[in-house]
Amino acid sequence: MLKMKKIKRPLSPHLQVYSPLINMVMSIVHRITGSLLYFGTAILMSWLLCIASGEAAYSTFQAISNSFIGKVVLIGYTWALIHHMLGGIRHLIWDTGSGFEIDNINRLAWGTLIGSVLLTIIFWILNYTLS
Amino acid sequence: MRTALNKVRGLGSAKNGTGHFWKQRITAIANIPLTIGFLLIIFCATGLNYNENVELLNNPIVSIGMILTMLSFTYHMRLGMQTIIEDYIHKELLKISMLILNYLFSSFVMVASIYSILKINFGG
Repeated sequence: MLKMKKIKRPLSPHLQVYSPLINMVMSIVHRITGSLLYFGTAILMSWLLCIASGEAAYSTFQAISNSFIGKVVLIGYTWALIHHMLGGIRHLIWDTGSGFEIDNINRLAWGTLIGSVLLTIIFWILNYTLS
Repeated sequence: MRTALNKVRGLGSAKNGTGHFWKQRITAIANIPLTIGFLLIIFCATGLNYNENVELLNNPIVSIGMILTMLSFTYHMRLGMQTIIEDYIHKELLKISMLILNYLFSSFVMVASIYSILKINFGG
């Protein structure tokens, strides 16, 4: 193995020199929602574990999920899930080699953002009114 | 200095070829219908009491769907977190430790979830 010498070299400008564009912001948000879902899956696991453990454990889970923070986390989780799914569909479209025109890219990026917020709101309004 | 052709062909330096890419895409595609189904399950489960929730998860379509969801979610999230770790952690020891932790955490979430679903269905 060669030992690399630490030489201070100038760095080319990175993210901080660009003004944010919607596709760039959605790319970053896609990674952030992915990270959130990583830990959100552990909440999903604890829901299943609590049901499997019996009524007492389940009522503890319900008490936490019905609290204000619990509701914020659950709504945030569903938003992250829907956003990541829509963003993923966008990436799968790009995988076919199409959709790379600038206006298409912008439309898909805005669609991901607006679609995820709208679907999350519809999901929880329907959920609370019907249950 | 050139890399020998037989090392360049096919598998690349990590010896995994395009395996990561394909597994990531396959689970991504699987996650679309699974997520929609999972959101429907959450929809049905909200506001249910304990016995009703057990009854819901005892439905074979719901429990098979949940097992597939947990398998695909945990596999996909392990691959995703692996990429994030490889992108941002550059200290070798820390990086490898995080990669191992990622593998163990994802495996634990997967096994504990499937165990729970099976226990709800067959545990009595």
